[in-house]
Amino acid sequence: MTPRPTNSAPLTPARSTAGPAPHDLTHSRGRSLRLLLLCLAVLAGAALLAVGIGSVALPPQAVLALLAERLFGLAPFTAWPDKYRTILFDIRLPRVVFIAITGAALAPAGAAYQGLFRNPLADPYLVGVASGAGLGATLALTLQLPGTFIGLSAVPLAAFVGALATVGVVMLSAQVGRHMPISTMLLAGVAIGAFASACTTFLMLRTPEGLRRAFNWLLGGYTGGGWEPVALILPYVGVGLIVLQLHARALNVLQLDEEQARQLGINVERVKLTLVVAATLMTAAVVAFGGLIGFVGLVVPHALRLLGGPDYRRLLPLSAIGGAAFLILADLAARTVLSPQEIPVGVVTALAGAPFFIFLLRRLKRSVF
Amino acid sequence: MPPLLRLLNLFASYGSRVVLRGVSLDVAAGEVVALVGPNGAGKSTLIRVLSGVLPARGGEAQLDGADLLRLPPAQRAQRVAVVPQMIHLPESFTVSEIVLMGRTPHLPLWAGESQHDCEVAWSAMRRTNIENLADRLAGELSGGEQQRVVLARALTQEPRVLLLDEPTAHLDLKHQVTVLELVRELARTEQLAVLVTLHDLNQAALYADRVALMQRGEIVAQGAAAEVFTAERLSQVYDVNIAVSTHPSRGTPVVLADGAR
Repeated sequence: MTPRPTNSAPLTPARSTAGPAPHDLTHSRGRSLRLLLLCLAVLAGAALLAVGIGSVALPPQAVLALLAERLFGLAPFTAWPDKYRTILFDIRLPRVVFIAITGAALAPAGAAYQGLFRNPLADPYLVGVASGAGLGATLALTLQLPGTFIGLSAVPLAAFVGALATVGVVMLSAQVGRHMPISTMLLAGVAIGAFASACTTFLMLRTPEGLRRAFNWLLGGYTGGGWEPVALILPYVGVGLIVLQLHARALNVLQLDEEQARQLGINVERVKLTLVVAATLMTAAVVAFGGLIGFVGLVVPHALRLLGGPDYRRLLPLSAIGGAAFLILADLAARTVLSPQEIPVGVVTALAGAPFFIFLLRRLKRSVF
Repeated sequence: MPPLLRLLNLFASYGSRVVLRGVSLDVAAGEVVALVGPNGAGKSTLIRVLSGVLPARGGEAQLDGADLLRLPPAQRAQRVAVVPQMIHLPESFTVSEIVLMGRTPHLPLWAGESQHDCEVAWSAMRRTNIENLADRLAGELSGGEQQRVVLARALTQEPRVLLLDEPTAHLDLKHQVTVLELVRELARTEQLAVLVTLHDLNQAALYADRVALMQRGEIVAQGAAAEVFTAERLSQVYDVNIAVSTHPSRGTPVVLADGAR
């Protein structure tokens, strides 16, 4: 094993008087700031690229000028055609922002679940979000529910409710007295998830006309709707990210094990409950509109662990930025590779993410987790 | 001077199985008390109760007059630190990251560690002689090193009471002696009340100020090892014939198995 790259900074020099100075125990933070800035740069570049590429190409300077005009009221330096404005603000930008928020939700949620379950295979869909959302959406699609319900589209609403209900059932089933043992929760999640998936398959086979639509939904991707889905998911993801970040140090301590975390004064049951609820809400919100985009929540946190270390205080924000950048690029590939046909973005994330991840694993050859 | 830690008639159970039946024990600041007794006597259970992992079913635990069993988790962890029996360290964290986790009970959930926190951790690492391991990954450590890392983490909590559960179980002889001598020295210099479970009665006799002999959830005898460790009493508690001799250089009791009863 090789030492983690972030920790090779030199010790602080010893003071000449009074013995050696305390070792700078936080010296890895400078390195992770650089990694953070790098991720932000990749995110900005990916976003610029993604809003620029399409049937009508928008040059980056046009994008930047139009953004400056819209956001800060600056007069454009050059006149750009009006249709650029429409393409940017009504078509491409909502899509890119939506997909970025989705990545920024799924990757940190996956990281949090991996930490909570101390299981490198955990992903945001682990405890029933995916199967529950799938069942909800399929029900709405196959039962021909009315298109809207109290002003909200029926399919995302049904998916959101299905996801929350399923996770709720999993948590209730896993409850033992006042405790929620992680292993019980994992098993309950698998069992109830399998049940919900079986119901979904049954419904799809019963109604062939709904099958294709349900299948499309399950594979995931941007489904239109302009800025509305962005506005609907943003509060969940924003609050979720803040809650996760507030519990980042508790997640570090939980990596010891639950008994040691308790002995260090962590209210383990409350932390577990808070994290599961926060991660579930943000995942359910983005899944309701974007379907089941796989692999982001599994691979992005691991890749960033390899680069930036296991400390959740750094890993969670890095995952949010990295997940957004990764998904923007995957979505760009999804709509351009076979243009005009679109590939489901979940197919792209697996096709591109898996080999990249294996490459990283082989390259660094140290324990990921 | 009243004892720092006072246990009065403690009861605890796993489900319907009662494992502690009225344990009363005092530990003074600067004192090392060894808990000894056969498997299942309740030694580890007592540690779990005092560290808030297992709720007590009755009785009291007073720490400097405060009710230890009813303190909120963080406040309890500011006063009581534990070196558990099975040490599980996440292997991709560095030693300094793990030692700094000892500041957890002193920090609000969201706060980062201050310079002061780092100084406390660093001083604990110096006390346990692991400064040179600061940047090593936990997965690369030997058993003896892991033990000292966890001890440093416990000291970083700045506790009044230190609980150790079989700290010598997986160590070779040299590391056993090093750990026990370090623990005794820390008790003196930091004025810690130390409660340590030990399987090895000879080590208990050598390194503890007092011993408490447990059997079936009760303390059947406590005091100086020379008084508690009689052949008759030990043979009865351990259900095996036991001979007691004297350490050739230290004069403490030496306990030897002498065949099945």
